[in-house]
Amino acid sequence: MVLALLAAAVLLGVLAWFVGAPLRHPAAVEPGGGDERRALDAARDAKYQEIRDTELDYRTGKLSEEDFRAIDRRLRAEAVEILHALDALR
Amino acid sequence: MALAGRAALVIALLTSLCGVGMSLYGARTGRRELVEVGRRCVYGLAGVLTFAFVILEVAFVANDFAYNTVANNSSLTTPLFYRAAAMWGSQEGSLLLWVWLLSLWSSLAVFLTRNRLKEIVPYAVAVLLGFATFFTSMLVFLVTPFATSSPAPANGAGLDPLLRNPSMMIHPPMLYSGYTFFTIPFAFAVGALITRRVDAEWIQLARRFALASWLFLGIGIVLGAHWAYYEIGWGGYWGWDAVENAALMPWLISTAFLHSLMIQEKRGMLKVWNASLVLGASTLAIVGTFLVRSGVLSSIHAFGASTLGVPFVILIAVMVVGSIYLVVSRRDVLRSEHQLDSLISREAAFMLNNIVLVALAFVIFWGTFFPLISGAVTGTESEVGAPWFDRYTVPLALALVALAGIGPIIPWRRATLAHLRRNFALPLAAAALILVLSFTTLGISSSPATVTLFCAVAFVLTSIGQEFWRGFIARRAMSSEAPPLALLSMIRRNRRRYGGYIVHVGIAILLLGIAASSTFTHTAFTNLARGRSTTLGGYRMTNVRPTASIVTDPTSTGALLTLGVILRVTRDGRYVMTLHPTAEFYPDASGAEGPVGSLIAGDQVSELSLNTSLRRDISAAIDAAEIQTALQGEINQANALVVKDRAAGPAKQTELSYFLLAAIARGYLHDPPTAPLKLASTPLVVWLWIGALIVLAGGLIAIWPPPGAMTGRVRARYLARVAQELGRA
Repeated sequence: MVLALLAAAVLLGVLAWFVGAPLRHPAAVEPGGGDERRALDAARDAKYQEIRDTELDYRTGKLSEEDFRAIDRRLRAEAVEILHALDALR
Repeated sequence: MALAGRAALVIALLTSLCGVGMSLYGARTGRRELVEVGRRCVYGLAGVLTFAFVILEVAFVANDFAYNTVANNSSLTTPLFYRAAAMWGSQEGSLLLWVWLLSLWSSLAVFLTRNRLKEIVPYAVAVLLGFATFFTSMLVFLVTPFATSSPAPANGAGLDPLLRNPSMMIHPPMLYSGYTFFTIPFAFAVGALITRRVDAEWIQLARRFALASWLFLGIGIVLGAHWAYYEIGWGGYWGWDAVENAALMPWLISTAFLHSLMIQEKRGMLKVWNASLVLGASTLAIVGTFLVRSGVLSSIHAFGASTLGVPFVILIAVMVVGSIYLVVSRRDVLRSEHQLDSLISREAAFMLNNIVLVALAFVIFWGTFFPLISGAVTGTESEVGAPWFDRYTVPLALALVALAGIGPIIPWRRATLAHLRRNFALPLAAAALILVLSFTTLGISSSPATVTLFCAVAFVLTSIGQEFWRGFIARRAMSSEAPPLALLSMIRRNRRRYGGYIVHVGIAILLLGIAASSTFTHTAFTNLARGRSTTLGGYRMTNVRPTASIVTDPTSTGALLTLGVILRVTRDGRYVMTLHPTAEFYPDASGAEGPVGSLIAGDQVSELSLNTSLRRDISAAIDAAEIQTALQGEINQANALVVKDRAAGPAKQTELSYFLLAAIARGYLHDPPTAPLKLASTPLVVWLWIGALIVLAGGLIAIWPPPGAMTGRVRARYLARVAQELGRA
């Protein structure tokens, strides 16, 4: 009984110490923000993946050269727009 | 330590509540330190619940029958292996497992997003801890696993024999991992909708978490089918049971989500649909949990009537209403950026695939809840059986297999006639070849649905094979790598694409196994005396001799008496295999069947004896109830003898009971009754499990993150190319 209560008290103490750390040292907490940049990074990665997928589709015979060129040009233009937006955030 | 366990659950509840409050308040006020406290509550919760979980696990392993749940689900004769898994044989133990897994997966999700989605994470943490609050509340207020009795009973009731199977060690944790993982895409979807950040980063994360939950749930479903096939005794792997169906529904919806998310990623379309699917899949996962725990529908897997139904209904209602509100109120950010260019495109194939998957889920939902629906309308609960499910699910499954072959070979946006000819010619030829073979060599034309499925499988395998071959040729043309290396690099550089293709192959093979085994199986129920033979599907099966063992059961399940027969199987006079089906008998703690009868009057289990090969499974099971009925005369005589010897005292009486049980077993060996057998010859069933393993392999390839170095190189190359374009512009 005593041992069980002691174990529970230790558990509660350790938990409170661990969970409450950011309240004791608020300055050490990483600031928020930066989500827009990370979203653009993800959009850029997704666009690169799409460019690669389109190229593979072309090489495996699912796209004609004409279609591939048109789509590839448009995708790269979209990638450029994302890069512009990323530059603007710097 | 039960008190420490109870205290840990109360602390877990307080931690969850604290985390919900801190996360929401921190998000509203922009105070990062409060958001961080919320995040740490998730880790803290995992630590506290691990502590509680270990306390209960130790109680099971140590046979501490002071815990009611240990006394009800384990016993001194339960082998250690099964004692360790006995916790999830009970309502309260499995609830603790559920919330413990939730806390672990939530911790993983919070850790992986520690530097990402900073606006979304506080809301996601609040939702995850909201689920934890719900489940820990039930453990604290409704069904505690730490309830104790004093004095502790000397022995427990034992684990349900049906659960004494190695699959049961891992099946529930996998299934619960699938269910609990579904709360993560749900939580992040709620967070993304609240903050209106349904962008590429969210898609990336939602895809990975949805794929993980899809994988875990898929493994759980297949392990459950595997357990049913081997343990239920009659060789069936799927019975359209309410709880099986409850696991299948979110899996189907998440399959739809994983496909339609690609359309959102590539074309900015179907955002409302995707948000609805991800929220719907998670809600269905909770519906599945509700079905297991409420006892509202009868199922071999459910825990029977309980008080948990109403809280679950409230939770599901909150999820449904909240999801609808979020999707409707955020429809401005969920507007499509593009429209469908052509009906002959990959987008259209994916949309069709989504319709089929959702229709399948709806059919299963309707069939599963039909007893409740009919009860509400007519006052009488009626069930729909397997034929009803088959009538609707078979055509939908056929369409799904065909789409699994069409999707990979049709281009995005629009396909031209020339490309369709080039990509579809070989797969269609393969399907046509199987069609011709079905009517000629294979001789399976009697089942049109199965023949159609075989053709569709041939179409899928050829279309995917063609994709692999063309990708390989393209890779070889672009690099000087040796062929095996070129194949590996091709997969490594396009994990999502080729991982997905491998999943399609696995699903096609899995369905091939299901179709063949359910259509062309031969079964026979027969009573076979020693030395007599019967034939089944070209095999001759002879009852060679009976077998019997007491206490030391051959399969280590803790059965007190195991009776069986040795069957010799031959084909055209040549020896093929030996089968050894057994019937296991467990004690009845009530003692109502007399001193000897009670030793074997508890649960009875038929252990299937199975010989597996790539072509067919040959199995035999013996009917335990009929064997016991045949021995009832001897048991009654033995009971009378022990009762007559009451002057000898309880210890001597117990000794005599065991002695007489051994005598009955010897009698069975010398003069056995005819063996009541179910014999089955099931073709290609092993391909079901092989297909599932292929699906698992494909899923792991698709979920594995790309190596950082390669991403860097690729990124640098494309950056240069895009920069070049920019220079030209």
